[in-house]
Formats: sequence, structure tokens, C-alpha cells
Amino acid sequence: MQLVSACTKTLLDSRGKAAAMEKFSISILLIISLLPFLCSSFSQESPTDRRILVLLDDFSLKSSHSIFFSSLKSRGFDLDFKLADDPKLALQRYGQYLYDGLVLFSPSVERFGVALDLAAVLDFVDSGHDLIVAADASASDLIKSIATECGVDFDEDPSALVIDHKTFAVSEIEGDHTLIAADDFIQSDVILGKTKIEAPVLFKGIAHSINGANGLALKVLSASPSAYSANPSSKLSSPPSLTGSTISLVSVMQARNNARIMITGSLDMFSNRCFRSGVQNAESAIKYDKSGNEQFVAELTKWIFHERGHLKAVNVRHHKLGETDEPAMYRIKDDLEFYVEIYEWSGKSWEPYVANDAQVQFYMMSPYVLKTLSTDQKGLYHTTFKVPDVYGVFQFKVEYERLGYTSLSLSKQIPVRPFRHNEYERFITTAFPYYGASFATMAGFFIFSFVYLYNK
Amino acid sequence: MLARTEPINGTAKPKPVSSPMNNFKSDLLNSFSLKSLKLKTKQQELLIRVSILCLVYVLAFITRLFSVLRYESMIHEFDPYFNYRTTLFLTQKGFYDFWNWFDSESWYPLGRIIGGTLYPGLMVTAAIIYWTLRFLRFAVHIREVCVLTAPFFASNTTIVAYFFGKEIWDSGAGLVAAALIAICPGYISRSVAGSYDNEGVAIFALLWTFYLFVKAVNTGSLAWALASAFGYFYMVSAWGGYVFIINLIPLYVMVLLITGRYSLRLYVAYNCMYVLGMLLAMQIRFVGFQHVQSGEHMAAMGVFFLMQVFYFLDWVKYLLNDAKLFQVFLRITVTFTVGVGAIALGVGTASGYISPWTGRFYSLLDPTYAKDHIPIIASVSEHQPTAWSSFMFDFHILLFLFPAGLYFCFKRLSDATIFIVMYGLTSMYFAGVMVRLILVATPAVCLISAIAVSATIKNLTLLLRAKNKVAQTASAKGIGSAKSSSKGLLDQSQPFHRNGAIALLLGAFYLLSKYAMHCTWVTSEAYSSPSIVLAARGAHGNRVIFDDYREAYFWLRQNTPPDAKVMSWWDYGYQITAMGNRTVIVDNNTWNNTHIATVGCAMSSYEDEAYEIMRSLDVDYVLVVFGGVTGYSSDDINKFLWMVRIGGGVFPVIKEPDYLVNGEYRVDKGASPKMLNCLMYDRARGVEIGNKDVKLEYLEEAFTTSNWIVRIYKVKPPNNRW
Repeated sequence: MQLVSACTKTLLDSRGKAAAMEKFSISILLIISLLPFLCSSFSQESPTDRRILVLLDDFSLKSSHSIFFSSLKSRGFDLDFKLADDPKLALQRYGQYLYDGLVLFSPSVERFGVALDLAAVLDFVDSGHDLIVAADASASDLIKSIATECGVDFDEDPSALVIDHKTFAVSEIEGDHTLIAADDFIQSDVILGKTKIEAPVLFKGIAHSINGANGLALKVLSASPSAYSANPSSKLSSPPSLTGSTISLVSVMQARNNARIMITGSLDMFSNRCFRSGVQNAESAIKYDKSGNEQFVAELTKWIFHERGHLKAVNVRHHKLGETDEPAMYRIKDDLEFYVEIYEWSGKSWEPYVANDAQVQFYMMSPYVLKTLSTDQKGLYHTTFKVPDVYGVFQFKVEYERLGYTSLSLSKQIPVRPFRHNEYERFITTAFPYYGASFATMAGFFIFSFVYLYNK
Repeated sequence: MLARTEPINGTAKPKPVSSPMNNFKSDLLNSFSLKSLKLKTKQQELLIRVSILCLVYVLAFITRLFSVLRYESMIHEFDPYFNYRTTLFLTQKGFYDFWNWFDSESWYPLGRIIGGTLYPGLMVTAAIIYWTLRFLRFAVHIREVCVLTAPFFASNTTIVAYFFGKEIWDSGAGLVAAALIAICPGYISRSVAGSYDNEGVAIFALLWTFYLFVKAVNTGSLAWALASAFGYFYMVSAWGGYVFIINLIPLYVMVLLITGRYSLRLYVAYNCMYVLGMLLAMQIRFVGFQHVQSGEHMAAMGVFFLMQVFYFLDWVKYLLNDAKLFQVFLRITVTFTVGVGAIALGVGTASGYISPWTGRFYSLLDPTYAKDHIPIIASVSEHQPTAWSSFMFDFHILLFLFPAGLYFCFKRLSDATIFIVMYGLTSMYFAGVMVRLILVATPAVCLISAIAVSATIKNLTLLLRAKNKVAQTASAKGIGSAKSSSKGLLDQSQPFHRNGAIALLLGAFYLLSKYAMHCTWVTSEAYSSPSIVLAARGAHGNRVIFDDYREAYFWLRQNTPPDAKVMSWWDYGYQITAMGNRTVIVDNNTWNNTHIATVGCAMSSYEDEAYEIMRSLDVDYVLVVFGGVTGYSSDDINKFLWMVRIGGGVFPVIKEPDYLVNGEYRVDKGASPKMLNCLMYDRARGVEIGNKDVKLEYLEEAFTTSNWIVRIYKVKPPNNRW
């Protein structure tokens, strides 16, 4: 009897333990399942970057460029400063990226720390993260090759700087005209914000050009037609390789996965000195108290870190006119309605995106229908059209690529079938003579047989 | 009949074995023996006949089961997978959905209207068998039904062969024909268990239609003609080979008309069969209005009208007593009808109402046509002209018995034997043009050979028996004059007859048993491997099974997104859709040459050009077959020249000489530079690799099966940063 009770007791005990264990494991499961949300890098829901790794050549940059960094911090970014050759440097741990963005303010670094190299940086970009690369006259091969991989070629001459004898920035001391006051901005409100940048941007650094084979890179700030790239301290022996407005001072590239990259040949552009100083273009009489650098850099980083110009298209729906359920297949000549919702990220929330140029294609190897979508101003776009008289596997395609915006590329496959055997018109008016003829023949044959057989 | 052959009898007398003579005798002997053992013999004979037929029926079924016993109950080859998939669809969704099925998983992105582009006979047959079994509470899976449909119909064919043989010769020939066709390799090649293809039921339908038509011609009965029209309908629903029927029968009728064998029986049989058969055939969506619109069917229509003219002339002749007047009338009528017919045909063809002959039809009449004009037809190995060895392989002694049988047929010409002679000769010609048409020739060859065997053996045994009889009845009295004449004949050749007959009988027996052994050997060794699973002998003589195809398809099914598109050479299309359940770009239904050429073009271009094509077709995976490791010979590099030819037929950028070295096709180091750099070469390299360490820029390897036979590559998305 006692034995039995003891047994039941242990049994109960173990049951209690099991229950506790279960609770524990459930909570662990919960945490694990939440983990991706807690530490997701480039979430679909809020595309703005949060954690940014800044790699520096030495920590003195932290103070000399403090305005730039503090403006980032005030916008809510977590900045993590590391020396570029820090041996413990790592972008990812256990396959998860630790950062959403990378700022390379280390132009002279020849090698990064152990776990970081060219391929790692490119992988970082290819998995959808953003990158800012700033070079200067001491730019290393590593930095140049990163730029090359992103479709931008720095001037090969290591001692060359951008020189402009016409649009240089006027300063007290007569310099070698390498400090340029550039104001040839890209015409895009999305990239540079709605407020016009009045003052020129001070730039001192090396030139680069966009690789013609790359269709994704853009010049955001170009040099004036009188600029060229050469060594300012030596005499020009041969014509400079890069001249005029082919020289790009600041370029951006939006990769196909919407990772954004900014490349500039001037690290000084971000410095406190350039932010603070006044500027006067040698060609114009207006003298600005403050250079355009701060506004330019702030607006551009907003774009780079997805605070602006990030679109998403969701809820692609389609159905037959007058129905609500989405069919698995359409029939030729069906009338259908197509919906898609497009939102723009404002930095904090998704706002309806309003435009009148979004189009949908009904596509099978080539577009059969191309319709402009009409919007209800609340993000919902819609249109109606008739399925063409061609069967096959079609796609609804929304390809929306506008300057500065993330490219939207949606496709939804839908087969289109021909008529079923019983969907054709059964009796056609024009065919009545044929119906009449066949019935008349039948009747005639019957009568004839009857007469022939019994008329004797 | 005998009366007709009587005069020949006289001339054939000197020959030791003369068939009509012996037939004549046999009739006499039959009547004689029936006198003494009347009922008993009849019953015995019936019993023997039925039991032989039963045995043949069972034999035909079980000899086709090698593959099931050796491997497993599965579908073979390529096309049967499509048939299986459609049958599955039919049993699951019902007939109307099947009829209207638009398949979006093949021929991406064009899709294929399955219901309107297949011959539904096979699927409907299998589904009906399945439903019947289900109704009888047999819980079978549709796959088992599909696997065993072909053997079942092969068994039925033997029965039809028996009746056909009986119709054209006698029941002995029928029995021999049934036995021959039951194990003939030419037929087994397309009807082993698992070979779930149209031909499986179509040969049955073909022979059935022919039998019923001959029966209708012999009897002149509307009912038989109607039955043959329905047989024709079944044939049309089952196989594109029905074109053979609709051309052979008019040809036969023409021959009868020319040889002056026109009769009312023929008129009834042909008209009823043609008109009803045509109307019924139009119910098959795939055939549609071809009977009135396509050039291939015009012969039948022409003969139909000719029959009416004949009938009309007969009637006029009956009304007009004046022969001269009739001659004039005949001339006018014939000129007029021929003129009208020619004009109608010319206008129809010119206006496009009557479509010209298709390439396949041309290539039958001119074997070199396909090679020059339509590489896609020529690329199929079973469309190649037949080698002599395969005739021997598929027919064995039938090849020698066939002419002998023709001889017997000519000896005893009748409407029925003329038919079988024409069937045999035309189908033999077609079998020479295309390997696969050996199948169509097989029943004719079996029937004609059966006539030879049956007639010879019958004659020989009669000789033996007759002698005994003569010995026995020599003392007996009361023998008619006919008897004495035959006795005289026997006496004339007595010294050699007995031994010669025994020797010949033994020889025939030896040959036939050799035939049976050959057939069994061929069936077991050559025709029972399911090609989707490869078997080879290992180093120690043990059997090694390469199940790479199914492994690859299973991988596709499990590891790729459901809407992934797979590009492969079209051979594997059906299997990928049926087993891998993934969308394919091209498959074995080669209805769109341009689309196949696009794939051929992609396979034979440089990788970057191919990438463009693959992007435009939304290809996600590329599947290639690689024989380099296992020495599997029918891999994609083997088929490569066809890809080049087919691709080059539509896209002139692809030129065959670019891939050849001094007119030779080489895959090793000596291969041409274009060859070495094209996509296909990267995918499926030969054994001696001419270009090692291939690096792929736009593709990455996704999966390779355990024996490296199937390799699947994933098409990379466009470069992220460029």
C-alpha cells in the first residue's frame, strides 16, 4: 500500500516537473520565434536602418566629423565606431548580420580585420544592406576595388585630385583650386529632399567616374565642365584622363535588391570644418555663410539609410469584374479588376504613395495589356481590363522604376485558358440556313424512303 | 472459291506440295472423316481450339510482365508518363474537365490545351477499366491499371487475330496467327507492362477495324460495316496512326475496282464505314474537320465519290442495253467526274481549305524528306529508317514466312486475301521507312506468316494422314472417283513424300520453337527495361540499378518552389511534369517547333547569350543528362547535334558547321571552339572532357544525382550591383 502511494507520489512529482519543463520550453520557443523580429536587419516593415558600423582609420575622425555623427545619432541610429583594422571586426555572427549599414571612413586601410574583406563587404550589400564609402587622396586599393565592384571607378593616378580653376571655393589663402564649390546636383527631390540646396557643397578629394556598363549608379553631385583630375603639385604633361562633368564627386548606386550605396572621393566633405565654413563660388558674387555640405549630406544619408524614397507594393489582388474571390485561372476575354497597394516609407510609418504613372502589364513573353493604374490617393491602385484573346500563362507585372525610389518589381502568375466546349454560343443566327438545310435533308430523306418503299 | 482455283490446280500438279490441291483434298478428307467420327471430332476440335486460344491469351499477357517482375510496377519511357498524368487527371476530375483541360504546367508560357491535342482513347479506356474494377470493389490504383492496360489489350489482339485469320483463311491460320502475334517482338516492344502508350490499344483497334471491314466486305452486311465504323472511331480516338486505315482502305477499294472485283458488298461496306467513320471521327477534338479538310484524308473521299460513279454507271448500264451508247456515256462521265474532282481538289488546295500534306506524311513517302526539312521529326530515333537487323530482331522467322504467306495468298485470291496482301505490303514499306512503324506491320506479317505456316503444316500432315488412310482403306471398298484420283496422285509421288513431309514438319517445328525462344529472349533482354531506371551489369555480374532520373525528379518536387520552371531538352518534359510536378518549357508533344528551337538555341549558345534566352522564358532550373560518369550513352551531348539542327532551323545564328570539326562531331579535346564554349557543353560534358574546369557565370549547380546522370542547375538572378 505504502509502496503504491510512494509510487503515485513520484509519478505526480514528475508530472509537475514535466509541466514546469513544458512551460519553460514554451517560453523558450516563444523567445526563439520572436528572435527574428527582435533582431531582424532589414525588415520589410520598417526599412530604415538602425545599427550602423562606422570604420575609421583612427579615432580622431570621431571628433573632426562629430557634427555628422551626432546628426545621425539624433536621427536615431546606433553608431558603432571601430578601427578599420580591428582584428575582432565582424559584420555577422552566426549567419545574422549585426549591422544594417556600413560607413567606410577609412580611405587608407589596406586590409580590414580578420573576418572582413572585399567579398564580405560585397556580401553585406548583396544581402540588402547599405554602404557609404568615402575616399580621399590616400585611398587604398581595397577601397577603390569596393568602388569598382559597385560600378564606380576612381582615378587610377594615386596623386590626382579634382582641380577646378573656375568654380573653386574662394578662401583667404590662394590655394591650388582643389577645394571646389560644387552645385551641379542631381534633379531629384527623392534623393536630395524637397528643400533646394542653395549653397554649393565644398569638396576636396579625388575624382571618380561611373562605369558605363553599370546601369544602376548615378551621379548625385557632378563636377563643373571646367574641372579635371590631376596632380596639383606637378605640371601637366599629358591631358588628364578625367575631365569636365564626367567627373563625379558624389555617386549613389541602388542595387537590384534595393541596397543603397554612396561613394564619394572626399572624406573632408563630412568634416566639421566643411560643415561650418562659409562658401563662395569663384564665379558668383553670392557668399553663403554656411556651406551646403550639412544639408546635402543629411539629405543624402536620409536617402541612403532608407528614410526616404522607399516604396513597397503589397496586396496584389485581382478578380473578375463583379466577383470578389481571386480565381486560379482566367478565361480569355474575361473582364478583370486588378488592385495593388503602394506605400512609401516616411522614416516612421508607411504613407500612401500617390502617383499617376504606375502601370500594370499583362505579360506573356511580351506585354499584351499595358494599363496605367488609377489611385484613390490612399495607396490603393486599381484598373480593369479585358483578358486578351490569347491563352497561356500570363503574369501581372508591376515594374515601377523611378529615379530615387526603390524599384518595384512584382509579378503574379495567372494562367488564361480558352473557352470550354460548352462556353461557345450554341446557336448562331447566321447559321440558321445550315440548320434549316440539315433538317430539311433529314425530313426529305425520310419522306423519300417512305414514298420509295411503299409506293407500289 | 475452289471453282476459281481449279484451273490453277492443273498447272500446279507437278509440284510436290501444292496448296490448292491439298485444300481440295483436305475438304474431301474432312467430309470423309466426319462420316465416321462426326460429333466427337467437332467437339474435340472446338475444345482444342478454345483451349489453345485461352492459353495464347494468357501467354500474351504474362510474357509482357518481365519488367514488372524485374523492376517494379511502373510506367516506362517518356510519353507514357504524360498518358499516365492525363489518366490520373481524368479519373480524379472527370471527363468534362479532362476534355477541357488547359495545362499551364507544360510549354511555359504558352500552355497546352490537353483536351484538344491528344487522342483520348487510351486514357478513357484505362479510366473505364479502372472504374469498372472499382465498381466491382477491387481496390486498385490507377497506376496498376495503366501499367497493365497494354498487356491486356495485347491479349485481346490475339483473339482478334484469330478471328481475322479465320476470316481470311481458316481457323487453323487464325490459331497460328494468334500464337504468333502473342509473342512477336515487334508488337511486344510497344506493349510490355508499363508501356502505357497509345500504340498499346491502337494496334488492337487497328486490327479490329480491319477485321470488321473485311468481314463487312465478305458479307456485305450493314451491321458489320457499322461495327467497323465504330472500330475506326475507337482507333481514331486512340492513335494518330488511323491515317493508315483511312488511306489503306480506299487503296484497297481502288485495287478491287481496278481488278474488276466491284460488288454491291464492297459498296455497302465502304460507304457505310467511310461516312459513319468520318462523322464519328470528327467527334475527336484533335482530329476535328481533318477528314474533310486535310490532304491526307482526300484519298478516302475521292474513292467515296468514285464508288458513287461506279454505282451510277452500273445502273445506267442496266438501263441502257446498247453497249456502244454505254461506252460513249462512260467516257463522258469518267472525263467529267475526273475533271470535277481535280478542279475541286485544286480549288480547295489553292484556297487553303484543304491543307497540304504534313511533314510526317511526306517523310513516310520520301524517307529523306524529314532529314532535309524537319529536323524535329528526324531527331526522334524511332523515326529513323529501319536497319535490316531490327527487322530480323523483331520478326525473326516471320521475315521468311512472310513471302511464303504472300505466295499462298496469291494462290487463293479473294477479297479478304487481297486485303491482307495490301496491308502486308504497304505496312512493310512503311516499316522500312520508320522504325516505329514495324509495329503497324507486325499484325500483317503475323497473319500472312500464319497463313504460310498453317497451310504448309496442314498440307504436310494431310499428306501423312492421307497415306495412313490410304493404307488403312486400301482394303476397304466403296471409294469414289475423286478418291481414286487422289490416290493416283499420291502414288505418283509416294517415295519421297512420307520422309520429306516428316522432315519438313520437324523443320517447321524446330523453326517455330526457335521463334518462341527468340521472342522470349528479346522480350526479356531488350524490351522490358523501363528506360527511366537503368540497369547494368556490375564488375561481378551483379545487377546495378541506376535510379537517377527518379531521384532527380523527386528532388525537383521536394526542393524547388511550386511555380519553378525547368528547362530541359524536350525528351524529359513529360517526366518532369508527371513526376517532378514542375512547369517545363518544352515537352514531348512537339507541337511548337519555334519553342523547341528556342530551347535548342539556348542550349547551343554561349552562356551569356543563353542566359538572355533563359531570362526571357523565366527559367529557374536547367536539367541536363550527363553520361560521362556512368557511360550512359543517350545523354544530352549525344542529342546535342539535334539541338543545333533544330535551333538552327528557326534561328539562323546557330549553324551546324560551327560545332563540327572537319565534318565530324567530337566532344573531346578536338571539339570545335564554339562547341566547347556553348551552354550545353558546359552542362553535359562527354567522357573525355575537352574543356575541363568549366566555370559558370550565370548558372550554379543545384543538384547532381548519385550516379551523376542527371544534373540540375539553377539559373542565377541578375547581378545585384550591375
